This record gives sequence, structure tokens and C-alpha cells, in this order.
Amino acid sequence: MTITETPTQETGHGSHRLTTAKAMVEAIELEMERDPSVFYLGEDVGPYGGIFSSTAGLQERFGKDRVIDTPISESAFIGLAIGAAVEGMRPIAELMFADFMGVCLDQIYNHMAKIHFESGGNVKVPMVLTTAVGGGYSDGAQHSQCLWGTFAHLPGMKVVVPSNPYDAKGLMISAIRDDNPVVYMFHKGVMGLPWMVKNPRATGDVPDGPYSVPIGEAAVVREGSDATVVTLSLSVHHALDAAESLAGQGIDAEVIDLRSLVPLDRETILRSVSKTGRLVVVDEDYQSFGLSGEVSATITDVDPSMLRSPVARVCNPDTPVPYAHALEYAVLPRQDRIEAAIHRVVRA
Amino acid sequence: MSTTAHDTPQSLALDPATRLALYRTMVLARTFEEAVLREYHADKGPGFDIGKGLVPGEMHLAAGQEPVAAGVCAHLTGDDAVTATHRPHHFAIAHGVDLDKMTAEIFGRETGLGRGRGGHMHLFDPTVHFSCSGIIAEGYPPALGQAYAFKQKGTGRVAVAVTGEGAANQGAFHESLNLAALWQLPVVFVVEDNDWAISVPRDASTSVPSNASRGAAYNMPAERVENDVEAIYAAADRAVARARAGQGPTLLEVHTVRLWGHFEGDAQGYRPELADVPSMDPIPRYEQRLRDEGVLDDAVIARTRQEAQARVEQAIAFAKDSPVPDPATASSYVFS
Repeated sequence: MTITETPTQETGHGSHRLTTAKAMVEAIELEMERDPSVFYLGEDVGPYGGIFSSTAGLQERFGKDRVIDTPISESAFIGLAIGAAVEGMRPIAELMFADFMGVCLDQIYNHMAKIHFESGGNVKVPMVLTTAVGGGYSDGAQHSQCLWGTFAHLPGMKVVVPSNPYDAKGLMISAIRDDNPVVYMFHKGVMGLPWMVKNPRATGDVPDGPYSVPIGEAAVVREGSDATVVTLSLSVHHALDAAESLAGQGIDAEVIDLRSLVPLDRETILRSVSKTGRLVVVDEDYQSFGLSGEVSATITDVDPSMLRSPVARVCNPDTPVPYAHALEYAVLPRQDRIEAAIHRVVRA
Repeated sequence: MSTTAHDTPQSLALDPATRLALYRTMVLARTFEEAVLREYHADKGPGFDIGKGLVPGEMHLAAGQEPVAAGVCAHLTGDDAVTATHRPHHFAIAHGVDLDKMTAEIFGRETGLGRGRGGHMHLFDPTVHFSCSGIIAEGYPPALGQAYAFKQKGTGRVAVAVTGEGAANQGAFHESLNLAALWQLPVVFVVEDNDWAISVPRDASTSVPSNASRGAAYNMPAERVENDVEAIYAAADRAVARARAGQGPTLLEVHTVRLWGHFEGDAQGYRPELADVPSMDPIPRYEQRLRDEGVLDDAVIARTRQEAQARVEQAIAFAKDSPVPDPATASSYVFS
């Protein structure tokens, strides 16, 4: 199911290579040029350019009135974005880490996400909430969570999670133009930051000019016939690495990048599993009550006989993300665990 | 101009038409809530089942606090914004929210402000930029954004954000005051101090005797006034003028009174002054004053009450005659 106001359009003729972070910034820049009601606010988004480079150069370009450094007061400035959106502006508010949602969750799930419903559709809240997610760099239990399952569980906000530069730009343009609140969650490990582990897929070709990636459409990023791997964000990269490794062993895995949790593209999942008969769900968020259960139920709700073997889930095992490198890697869904899971479903 | 809790606020000499308008607003709000009270309790028995009846759920009525809404909203137009609390009816009425649709919403009807999805704590009327929230203090941050939008458009419009004194201990209250003062946003922060955060008295929850003193922490002009509609009118006049002139936010605390329980069904056993509460009713007091000063007579009083009664009965009838929402549409409006 696709719910988006803007059809995909590619007006650019050429392309250029960008990191995911720069692709995000380019999308915001294009939309700020196009629409004077778009503005960005958050902590350290001005001269610093965003802790994860999500706003690099934007304040220099658009000034302090449209790219605004806020006090460390998430309830106040996310709520401010809500009120401005209600009055017809199109704010983008950055919650520096998804882990900080606790200090401002009321504004997010009781206000941003519910106003349209409570008003019987009479009040729109066209805003974007951006936030950084994910671990892998020893930042500990309060700075490494994904939590997208939590946002997706609470009704009234769309939730998008790009894994590469192309989607980062297209999804950002879609998010800004959407009349609903959209939570845009970017994994630090896919941003292509100069101070993190180098990830080759964090840089890629991006079309010039504006284009949009529809919210609610998954992408089949690798076709295969033996098993379906459903995942998102940085785990897409690990899943592709696993699939390439298994190809040498005669196992042909299909990899689906969800790109959106809300709306969830169940049709693409069903189509793939009806072909492969096997499902592995990879999720860097906590396992219980989360994305992996929801994706599994997408199959069992429709036709459990579609599955030729039990679903394998490769998730964070409901553990706060540990600090020590060896411990952290033990809970993250990385290539080795994904490969083992694919082996498991294929051999079962 | 800046005043503190210890200053004596100046009053304005009000013309009779303005005084009558303030009186009418208060009477309409009270008449409305008396009618809601009647309808609310009509089918709750036997025993008391909060989920039963034409008006189900919690019900928070603002009787006694009408001067705050009347005095503040007298300075606003429908282009200005108000974010009210879980006890919103008096502000909604004073700000000109559509009474029929508001009543229908409280009755859970498809014709309501939120098509029956919101309820009495979640009233949204975008035609007059009115909203309210069931979570205390959390109506403050969105008001910042409305004020920000107004400031960007350069229109001189203002946002009024309302909380109770209990909510003034929430983080969102303090974050909002700081940000509004820092960015000089056109906001009037109103605190309705009715002495009781549900059952907890102010002196058991708040470290300062007056929230107006907290304005100093944010370099913000602040006043505290008693539950006198003309004193509130005068203080709000200063605050709204300051906001319209681009001089930033003001904190205005009114020491008001909650005549009835926190919610309907609240026996108020915690409240030692309960027997004296009816004598604190601001409406008869104002009525008597206007009568003494020759602004009102029996005929005007009777006509004002009759008009309010007729208007309210019309709204109640509209609500009762309206269809209930189709259960098949329960999940509509999650997204646009």
C-alpha cells in the first residue's frame, strides 16, 4: 500500500555521487529553495551542521531564521514544530538521537501523531521529525538504539528509514511534501560520516534535482529464489553482504529493503515469500513485540502454508546495547548471524 | 512594562459595553457547563458508571474559572490562537469556538469538531485556531509554534497558552517559557491557579507561592491577579499588547477557583474549605457589582441568562439530533 501525495518524478538528467548525509542535506536544500514554509530546527543544526552532518551548510545558505539552533529542550522545540505545522508551515525538527525520545515523547505520540485524528481530519500536521538511530560504535545503551518499532507502534506518524543515498534524498523530499507527520530515521552507519567505519554503500549515485521515493514502497534490492530476507537501514548492507557470500555456496537469497515501516509494504513481502517459501527478518531494534513479529505475522495472517520452514529472526535479543565492542557486536544483527539464519531456513 | 507578583496591577476604566460583554461570556460558559453537567449525569446510574450515558468518559468542568477565559479572550480575535487544557470549555466559548460542533463533539457525534474522535479534552477548531490537550503543560509547546508562525508572517497575531498551576511544575512549562523568552515569541502564558492539582494543594506541590515569580527566571514580565474579570482583562490587555507589538511573551497567573470537583464524580473529600466554595463564585459577585454600578438591572440579567439558555439548549439539541459515527469508520483520519 502506498500513501503519498507526490508521485515519483525524476526531473534531473544527470547524477552525482553523494554520501547519505549529503543526499539528505541536498533534499532539504531543494525543498527549502522551493517552499519558503520549510524550515529546520534542532540542536547543533546551525554552524555545526548537525552532529551526524544532517544539516551541513544549510544555515550558511538559508540563514539563522530558517535553520535554527534550539536550546536543549526537545519538548519545546518539537512542540513548536507541531504548532507551526498546524499553522501551515512545513517544519523539520531534529531529535538528535532517537534514544532521547523519552524526554519529549508526549509531544510526538500524543500531539504530533494524534491531532489529525482527534480533529476528525480537520487539522493537518505536515512536519518531519528526523532522528539518528543505531549502534556499532560503542556509544552505549542510551545512544545506540533504533526504536523504530516504538514509533511505528504508535499510530498517526509515518516512519521511513533509508539505507542509501538515493533513498535518503527521495524519501526526504516525500517526507517534507507529505501532509502527515513523518518520522525520518537515519542510521549513523549509513551516513558516510568521515569519523565512522567506512561503509561502501553509504556513498552512491544520486540523480540531480528533485525526485521522490514513495513512502510505503519497499525495494527488492537483490532478487533471489531460495529465501527472502526482509530488513531495513544498515542491516540491508549486512544482508547484501551475507547474500553475496552465500551465492558462492549455491544459496540465492532475495533481499528486501522496507524503506518505510509505516505504511508497511506487505504486498512486496508476501510476493517475495510466496516465491521463496522462506523468510528471515533482520532488525537492529529489539526483537520482542517489534518489526520481526509484525513481518512474520504478515505472512501467517494471510497464508501460513506459504512458509516451507519456520521464520528466522535476527534481531537485538531484547538487551540494552552494551558498550564493550565484543558485547555490542554480539547483540547486533551482523553478517555472520544473518548468514547463519539463511542457512537455517534453507536447510530446515 | 514589567510587574511582579507583589505589584498591584493597574485596572482599566471599562466602558459599560465591554463590562456587559465580559459578563455575557461568563454567563454563557456557566450556562453551558450546567447543561453539560445535567446531561452528563442523566444516564450514569444506577450507581455511577463513568462510561455510560449520552456524555461518556471523564468530564472536567471549569465553573468558577470563567473570568480567566472571558478577561483574556476579550483581547483576541479568531486569527489569534488559544491552546487550552483538559478543562477547556470556558476558553473555547470565550474564544468563539463553534458551540454546536463543540457540543456535538462532547456528545461523541459525527457532526462534532473532531467527528467524535476527540472528546471534551481534545477540541480542535481550526477556524479560530483553538486546540486543547488532555496532558497537562503539553499545550504550551505547540503554542510556541503557532506564535512562531505568526511572527514569521509578521501579522501581529498572538498565541495564548493555558495551563493550571499543577502543570507549572512540568518540564514542558519551563522549556516553553525559556524558548519563548529567548526568541521573543508573541505568546501569553496563562496559568489558572485554582489551588488544586486534582487533590494536591499548591503549597504541597509548588516551591514558590506564586508562579508569576517564575517569570523572573526567564526574564519575562509576569503578573498575578485575583479572580476578578476586570483585573484579568487589564492584565491581559498589557500582555496581549506586548505580544502584538513584538515585545515577547508574558506570564499571567490568575488565582481563580474551581467551584466543582476535578472531574464529575469527585467527592472532594480532600478539600477542607468545601463549604465555603460556593461563596467564591465570581459570577454573582460580578453581577452584583455591575448592578450596584448601574450597568445591569434585573431585565438585562434576565435577558442575558435567557439568551445563554436558549443558545445552549440549541447546541444540546443539535448534538442530540446528530448521528453517532459509523463504527466502520473508527480508523478514519489516522492519516490524511
